[in-house]
Amino acid sequence: MGEKRTVELDLATPGWDASGQPARVPLGVAEAAGEIGAVEGGIGSEHLLLNLGPQHPATHGVLRLVVELDGEVVVRVIPHIGYLHSGFEKLGEYRFYNQIIPLTDRTDYLAPMANNVCLAMGAEKLMGIELTERCKVLRVIACEMSRIISHLVWLGTTAVDLGAFTPFLWTFQERERIYDLQEAWTGARLTTSLTRVGGLMADIPDGFEAGLRASCKRLPQVLDEAERMLTNNAIWCARTQGIGILSAEDAINFSMSGPMLRASGVDYDVRKDRPYLDYETYDFDVPIGENGDVYDRYLVRLEEMRQSVRIIEQALDRLPDGPINVDDPRVILPPKTAAMNDMESMIFHFKQVMEGVRAPVGEAYFAIENGKGELGTYFVSDGTAKPVRWRIRPPSFINLSALPKMAEGHLIADLIAINASVDIVLGEIDR
Amino acid sequence: MRREFGDKIGRALESCGDTIVYVDAGRARAVLAWLKETPDQEYNYLTDITAVEYRDAELPMEVVYLLFSLRRKVQLCVKIALPKDGDLEVDSVVPLWQGANWLEREVFDMFGITFRDHPDLRRILMWETYSEGHPLRKDFPLRGRLSRSEQVRRALHANPEAHYSMEELSIAESFNDLPEDMRQRLAQGERDRIPELGGAPGDG
Amino acid sequence: MGVKPVDSAPGAGKTIVTQMSPNWITSRLDFLANWARANSLWPMPFGTACCAIEFMATAASRFDISRFGMERLGYSPRQADVLLCAGRLPFKLAPVIKRIYDQMPQPKWVISMGACASTGGIFDTYAMTQGIDTVVPVDVYVPGCPPRPEALLYGILLLHKKIRGETMVDKAIREEEILSRGGLRLPPEFVDEVSEPFGNSVHQTRSA
Repeated sequence: MGEKRTVELDLATPGWDASGQPARVPLGVAEAAGEIGAVEGGIGSEHLLLNLGPQHPATHGVLRLVVELDGEVVVRVIPHIGYLHSGFEKLGEYRFYNQIIPLTDRTDYLAPMANNVCLAMGAEKLMGIELTERCKVLRVIACEMSRIISHLVWLGTTAVDLGAFTPFLWTFQERERIYDLQEAWTGARLTTSLTRVGGLMADIPDGFEAGLRASCKRLPQVLDEAERMLTNNAIWCARTQGIGILSAEDAINFSMSGPMLRASGVDYDVRKDRPYLDYETYDFDVPIGENGDVYDRYLVRLEEMRQSVRIIEQALDRLPDGPINVDDPRVILPPKTAAMNDMESMIFHFKQVMEGVRAPVGEAYFAIENGKGELGTYFVSDGTAKPVRWRIRPPSFINLSALPKMAEGHLIADLIAINASVDIVLGEIDR
Repeated sequence: MRREFGDKIGRALESCGDTIVYVDAGRARAVLAWLKETPDQEYNYLTDITAVEYRDAELPMEVVYLLFSLRRKVQLCVKIALPKDGDLEVDSVVPLWQGANWLEREVFDMFGITFRDHPDLRRILMWETYSEGHPLRKDFPLRGRLSRSEQVRRALHANPEAHYSMEELSIAESFNDLPEDMRQRLAQGERDRIPELGGAPGDG
Repeated sequence: MGVKPVDSAPGAGKTIVTQMSPNWITSRLDFLANWARANSLWPMPFGTACCAIEFMATAASRFDISRFGMERLGYSPRQADVLLCAGRLPFKLAPVIKRIYDQMPQPKWVISMGACASTGGIFDTYAMTQGIDTVVPVDVYVPGCPPRPEALLYGILLLHKKIRGETMVDKAIREEEILSRGGLRLPPEFVDEVSEPFGNSVHQTRSA
């Protein structure tokens, strides 16, 4: 193989030294944030260390990949994360349970409503709260809408990474429809903070159901357009089939979840295996792949979007009337008119806002099936209103840890494709 | 409630419908391997590894393993209690589940619990030469131990991309081929050279 | 807040030389140069978190920054005009944005998009810089969490206005900052003061 040399570049920027003369000020960092140029001399015998730095268009966020290349073949790849670490879990220890909900919008910011639901369900499991029927159905709708917008981003950005720009515009236009619905429901396009412990922030407004049905009618057409462009396209197939194969045993051993796991042939979906929110009463299929390559993950996610539409339509058909919040004034804020007029309601309101809702001593882990995989919330409580420990089980973090296994031996262009197929969202990885 | 085999040490309890089992630190890997491999148990999926430190300083820290059996569709939570005055060290389960690699690195980064036989135990979320401590410990304040300006200064000089760590180079093989100054820098960890405040322009 | 930043900014010993006095010709040339610069600002999208998604939505068909000449995203800082920091900036990422900013050639501007990029947002924690202006100089702050695409477009229009007010006569505008004081661009007391929590958040850091 020959000796391996490591190349180090010394970069500096023009500046002035103490006497006012122009001088080169070393930046103190030896590598460029983008791609490094080639090694000089001895083409066939050296490995190149390439830094796909935290700022890069194809890394889907601030992910740094250190790649050791032999020509164009990836010998080793080491992902570095933490560039978006914001201290969510520490911050959660200083917040009441309802105050943590806005934090969850910002972890997986591509599918915020699902995060809100996961957290609220974790807190409800801890406190032993049963939801109303209407709330459950609305949460199912929220989760499936989140799955759709998450997969639409994935589809758009993966197509861009592999060179097909137009589906990005189509998928983002479709997302705008769902954003309009989210905005009508919660007031915000992206940071929805939809749920509260024991219920939701608000009921769906007028026109929501019609808008959602229209969106559900339009979405399969958009997916068909994208499929016509990509699925049987020679370039797409050549770039995605046989790339990044992960066998079923490896996928289980690496704790993969979501489409990554199912594309490798493992039939594990939290909605089917650990049902929540009455998912066992809905009629839907879970697509399972065969080969575990990038192409299978693409097909699995496309099919999941179609199944989500199916679930949403069933949910809309069965949406019952009734209250969305559980009828427990210690957990749910009383309506404002009651709080203004009725002493008891005012006291409940005061206690909840000033002291927070106390959870009993104990701990609870609750998992939902996010677009990315198994999203879990683990709460440990010591009886006070702020959790002792709030842990997010991040699907993308664990899925990304298998990237070296999938990518080593492939070409560097395939590394980009594999990275795109993992469907990462750095907010959730780094928290 | 699931009562396992005879030599399991610890207690079991149930919380909010989940089963939790406490295991002694010394037997942990054996117990987890048993849980994974025995045909009756088959907890072949590692859902999560995390750690908990309680607000009450007397209580020990706990390392929490959430396991799931894909075939039986059952979840189990295994905990190891680590008293804070002892070594915060447990055996790594990376040989059993590859997914534990990054999860244990994160527990190390956030809590300072080391994992024996972990292939690559470095900080993962904070930069490797982060010196303020382990953030999720209860004695670590929310805003960190240093003043904001000092944190910015240290961050700007931490240079996480500056020099590659030994794990990233084709380790032993290429080390001898490197130029002398680079070898020295790697050996000394030059990446964390923080100049003094008030230095002349152009320093750092 | 009663704080004045020390206005002998980093780099003592710097003199500002204006080689010409403003006149009719320079004002016409200014108009031309600023019109050209403002209407084709190529952004360097330093998108980190949720605001990056809103930025992508702004770049997509519905809100379309292409109308402002900005659809050509300059992922290489050497080819970009405006550094658009969309999202929170943790400490680990601070040297990266400093690097990217240094690599951009003049004329360059910075838009800080979102509450987290402007002030640290809801993340007053050990890992988050309390605003990118502790690390790079900012021209326009766009508040919001995340700001709506219309808000970002308004911020861009404000930047256009700022650019149109620039003049070639004043060389100080387009000078590179030289770091001193151990690498901070602002005096440390100033950084500490603006990073202090205020209002409600002072009470929110009690645990239990």
